[in-house]
Amino acid sequence: MTADPPAVVLKGITKRFPGVVANSDVNLTVRKGTIHAIVGENGAGKSTLMKILYGMQPPDEGEIVIDGRPVRFSSPQGAIEAGIGMVHQHFMLADNFTVTENVVLGAEKLHGIGAGAKAKIAEISQRYGLGVRPDELVENLGVGDRQRVEILKVLYRGARILILDEPTAVLVPQEVEELFGNLRELIREGLTVLFISHKLDEVRMVADDITVIRRGTTVASVKPADVTARQLATLMVGSELPSPEARESTVTDEPALVVEGLTVLGAEGRPVVDNATFTIHRGEVVGIAGVEGNGQAEIAEAILGMRPATGTIRLGGEDVSAWPTRRRREAGIGYVPEDRHRQGLLLDAPLWENRILGHQTERPNARGFLIDVGGARRDTQRIVEEYDVRTPSIDVAAVALSGGNQQKLIVGREMSHQPKVLIAAHPTRGVDVGAQAAIWDHIRNARIAGMGVLLISADLDELIGLSDSLKVIYGGRLVADADPATVTPEQLGVAMTGATTEEASE
Amino acid sequence: MSTDAMLSTAAAVTAAPKRRRMGTSRILLIIAGTLVGLSLVHLLTGADDVTSQGAVQAALQAAIPIGLAGLGGLWAERAGVVNIGLEGQMVLGTWFGAWGSLQYGPWVGLLIGIAGGAVGGLIHALATVTFGVDHIVSGVAMTILAPGITRYLSFITWGSGGATQSPALKPDQTVPRVSVPFVNRLEGLEKHHWFLISDLAGVLRGLLVQVSLVTILAVLLIVLTWVVLWRSPFGLRVRSVGEDPRAAESLGINVYKYKYYGVIISGAMAGLGGVYLSTVSAVIFREGQTGGRGYIGLAAMIFGNWRPGGLALGASLFGYTDALQLRRGSESVHALLILVGALLLALAVWELRRRNNIVAIASAVLGILSYVIFFAVDKIPTALVQAAPYITVLVVLALAAQRLRMPAAAGKRYRRGG
Amino acid sequence: MSAGSAAPPAFWRRIDPAKLVPQLAAPVAALLLAAVISSIALIITDKDPLQAFSDMYTFGIKPDSQVEILNKASEYYIAAVAVAIGFKMGLFNIGVEGQSKIGAFMAGALASASFMSWMPGALRIALIMVVAMLVGAAWASIAALLKTRRGVSEVISTLMLNVIGAQVVTWLLNDHWGVQAPGAQIKTTGILPEESWMPGLPIVSGTDQKVLGFLVVAVILGVAYWFAINRTRFGFDLRATGYNPFAATASGVNAKKMVITAMLVSGGIAGLVNLPRMLGETHTYTEGFGGIGFTGIAVALLGRNHPVGMALGAILWGFLARSQLILDLDGIPKEIVLIMQGVAVLSVVIAYELAARIGRRAQQRRVGAATAAPAGSAPLAPAITEESK
Repeated sequence: MTADPPAVVLKGITKRFPGVVANSDVNLTVRKGTIHAIVGENGAGKSTLMKILYGMQPPDEGEIVIDGRPVRFSSPQGAIEAGIGMVHQHFMLADNFTVTENVVLGAEKLHGIGAGAKAKIAEISQRYGLGVRPDELVENLGVGDRQRVEILKVLYRGARILILDEPTAVLVPQEVEELFGNLRELIREGLTVLFISHKLDEVRMVADDITVIRRGTTVASVKPADVTARQLATLMVGSELPSPEARESTVTDEPALVVEGLTVLGAEGRPVVDNATFTIHRGEVVGIAGVEGNGQAEIAEAILGMRPATGTIRLGGEDVSAWPTRRRREAGIGYVPEDRHRQGLLLDAPLWENRILGHQTERPNARGFLIDVGGARRDTQRIVEEYDVRTPSIDVAAVALSGGNQQKLIVGREMSHQPKVLIAAHPTRGVDVGAQAAIWDHIRNARIAGMGVLLISADLDELIGLSDSLKVIYGGRLVADADPATVTPEQLGVAMTGATTEEASE
Repeated sequence: MSTDAMLSTAAAVTAAPKRRRMGTSRILLIIAGTLVGLSLVHLLTGADDVTSQGAVQAALQAAIPIGLAGLGGLWAERAGVVNIGLEGQMVLGTWFGAWGSLQYGPWVGLLIGIAGGAVGGLIHALATVTFGVDHIVSGVAMTILAPGITRYLSFITWGSGGATQSPALKPDQTVPRVSVPFVNRLEGLEKHHWFLISDLAGVLRGLLVQVSLVTILAVLLIVLTWVVLWRSPFGLRVRSVGEDPRAAESLGINVYKYKYYGVIISGAMAGLGGVYLSTVSAVIFREGQTGGRGYIGLAAMIFGNWRPGGLALGASLFGYTDALQLRRGSESVHALLILVGALLLALAVWELRRRNNIVAIASAVLGILSYVIFFAVDKIPTALVQAAPYITVLVVLALAAQRLRMPAAAGKRYRRGG
Repeated sequence: MSAGSAAPPAFWRRIDPAKLVPQLAAPVAALLLAAVISSIALIITDKDPLQAFSDMYTFGIKPDSQVEILNKASEYYIAAVAVAIGFKMGLFNIGVEGQSKIGAFMAGALASASFMSWMPGALRIALIMVVAMLVGAAWASIAALLKTRRGVSEVISTLMLNVIGAQVVTWLLNDHWGVQAPGAQIKTTGILPEESWMPGLPIVSGTDQKVLGFLVVAVILGVAYWFAINRTRFGFDLRATGYNPFAATASGVNAKKMVITAMLVSGGIAGLVNLPRMLGETHTYTEGFGGIGFTGIAVALLGRNHPVGMALGAILWGFLARSQLILDLDGIPKEIVLIMQGVAVLSVVIAYELAARIGRRAQQRRVGAATAAPAGSAPLAPAITEESK
């Protein structure tokens, strides 16, 4: 074993994007038959690095050596041929295709696209205990199943080196356990796993080696036994990790938002939000914990009036259930959407027009039926300064800003209208540490000023740190309450699987 | 089609996108039902041209170009590109098909016409795939460009007198027609006007006597499209770039390449549809010959839920209504209102039971309207008979549109490595 | 320091050359390409392109030609604005053709009906405009309802409605409401009384021909369009929807209402398209009206829905349509202009796309450079490499 060359060696990899250096002088050695974790905070350049290794983007400089042979990939095809497979963070599966169709795509020559392929899929599934059914339509599969299909896809192509990009982001702790079981199975068979994550406990649990990336470059290679999570974190961010904690209760007994019996029907006619009832008081942050896709997005959209729903929604005592979205927003519902590119920004419009978005009818953006260009521009300038949005001008298109700066603009915009209630969905997803801390501060300050916040997040630390009370959502139902002062991420994770539905909901 | 995306978020909540497949038995049932319905209309009104050999033959000839355009739409949209430019590619097909046939005989002409359409597809692919132009915008530009090209070519080829049309094709410049032996002897049977039997005779004669080989080719292409798209690795790849190009790219598939394939094949199909118009339906190229059939083809494809079998059904329906104007259309359309009204009322009852009230009411109103018109007038004005296929398209789409499932990435821009 | 404190410099700062230059270069490049390709087509057929262009120019700038170019441009421009209203929000009203026909026909039929003879001339002109807009909007509303209620693509429905509308007009004109003037070959809606003829504008010197008075309406329409798009809440909602329909919905834009409103406005403007000639030249509706709706699409694409861009496009198209007439006299096929126009439209949409891409990249680079260096913050991955809508 020791005589084997390393599975992967990266030497001096550098990658530039317009105006940004995503990777600079990255060096990495991955031993064969091990799980090698690559950790770094959001935006540190992990994903770019893996895309380079997988041939999706060519490096500007540097060398890739696979099994002792230098390689140069112009497309994923080359990487696949070299025995590299990638399980993407966002699943790369066509919903309207069967498992078989998804798996054989691009590898039709191996076992055809018919019975032979299905037999092979069944065999691999059997061997690694993946439990994948070849004829199922992918759209009918849950998150864990989809991930196993992704892994199977890679194995089907005979990959010996697997890259998993943030594989646990969408999983609950129990599913994470299963995944790690599968991964250990893989290295036992002599495969090599590259595991990208920013969840340090997980990394220490599963990895044989850890490489830390900060600001696009490799800063350390360590063994999990040699470091504490705290030390790793310090390596990752270069300074002490900001923490979302610190609280003094500002909760009042004055309800800001009262939701009763909220039900949203999905495409199949089944409820995706089922009879949700909760109250957000002024000065209170109510966190919703749950595995993505359990109805969080639908709750947010229903409160905003973007989705047909039944039940009552009262904002500051007024029944707004029948109001259209615009009227609700005018009445004081702010929205930091989960996907800012999709719902929060006009990417090709200048910043000052983005400042108008969502508040088209309110001052300083509008006067009567007219847009107040001067007012909007002046206020955009103010937001840019107060919220530290790094931009050369308010006339650049939103697309040119980094994720963190875009998010600060959105938060600034929403806060500028003193909402009674702010719906913040994954407010710090994909932003850098600096912006993350700033956004947490803004939410905390607004809470002190008496705003109610509905916080939806996949980051359990963020939820526990910011919330005054927590609800767990599972299958569209609020199945449990938790006290953020006492609950642990593990307990939350258990509740998020719905395992304790009966006990927890009393 | 950004507004579609916006509306669909709302629509998805109310309408369940169920998978609707056209099984063979179901298609046969529909065909049999249609025949009985038409026979009844014939019986009740005495309108012979509802099922006569001539009418059926005309319907077939009208359905083929629509079906080919629909196939064109299918190939492009399965590859994720909306091809509104089908109409323009058809126009290229009509001209190049006629010109090629005049110059080099029917088979070479056929190929040249197909190539003309394919080049149109290539241009559309270049704009939408390589340069990321909005699919509709590029398609519209294509329909502006194509008639300009053919007008110029007509002028320089056939001189100032014939700037808008070609010389007529001689019989040896068109693809031969064949008949199934003995079927034509059913003519006697057809003349008796016996319920169902004579109608069946008329339909069989219309479908099996004097059939152009291009017609047979077109029917084969429908089958072939299904086989290739759903049973071959190539087809799997084409469909994958229309469903989820990111997933396809991650598996090393050259997304652009397969989009190009899809759109070029799309243009070729539309081109063949054009050739059919100028060398089979008519034996002359005439400007404006396509008459929006590219768009009707798209409608047939939507009606058919982006599948070849359903598409063929849609093309037959639209082709039939299109052909009516050729043979005593005022009388036939008037007679058919009985059937249309009955179908709409039946649909109204069906939708009412599924609690689809708006559709139910709309169909009921249209159904009653059909009967009001039927009893109020004896003939439908010619101008409106000519509008019949277009009205049919609207009504059919309005009643069907929401239960459909288009390829998930159709109409969306895609950038490599994004 | 803050923008807007001093008006003129702030205004200039808002213009970003990295974005603007490619935007302006795009149509120029497209037109050059069109000229090159049509030159090649001419050379292949043994004609001299330079002669063709110079003939067209000489003929096109004659006073009579100028009048006709402006007349055509008015029609094209109105059609283009109608199309652009939809395009701005990603709604494709390909039905301007049908809406303009049926609108003008209904207005003409009503205004020349015998029971309307009491009406004073100016009022009748107003009536014609209002009725034409209402009918055009009503015809467009069918497509709007089909889209919002039934999810039918407006592209297909408006195309179908074009044909249906034309046939309905033919039927009503020939079987019901049309009149045949003595000695005339065709039926029309009847000549309007002379006091309802819109007076021409004697603005081109060197000819006694007058420019159709409706030009004034076209200009007003252009200004109103600019104002509505850039300075009203409606315009913002419309543009926001075009940029990103999901964000627009989240911002409180009612998608269905927006589709219906935009379609009605577009159809209403479309109703005006045939009125320059109907009020100022033919004084009646004839079946000779048509084709302008499609030209409007080309002009809107060429001018990228910009009020000034479309005006230039309309004048250019008018120039081409007029000056091609001279070509046949010189033995050059005038059909070459169709190729020129087709190539220009197709290449301009590609060129604009490229320009947008270049501009976006330039901005990203600039912002990256401006923010990364002084703050010394972490080099962030770019927010998004390309749109993924």
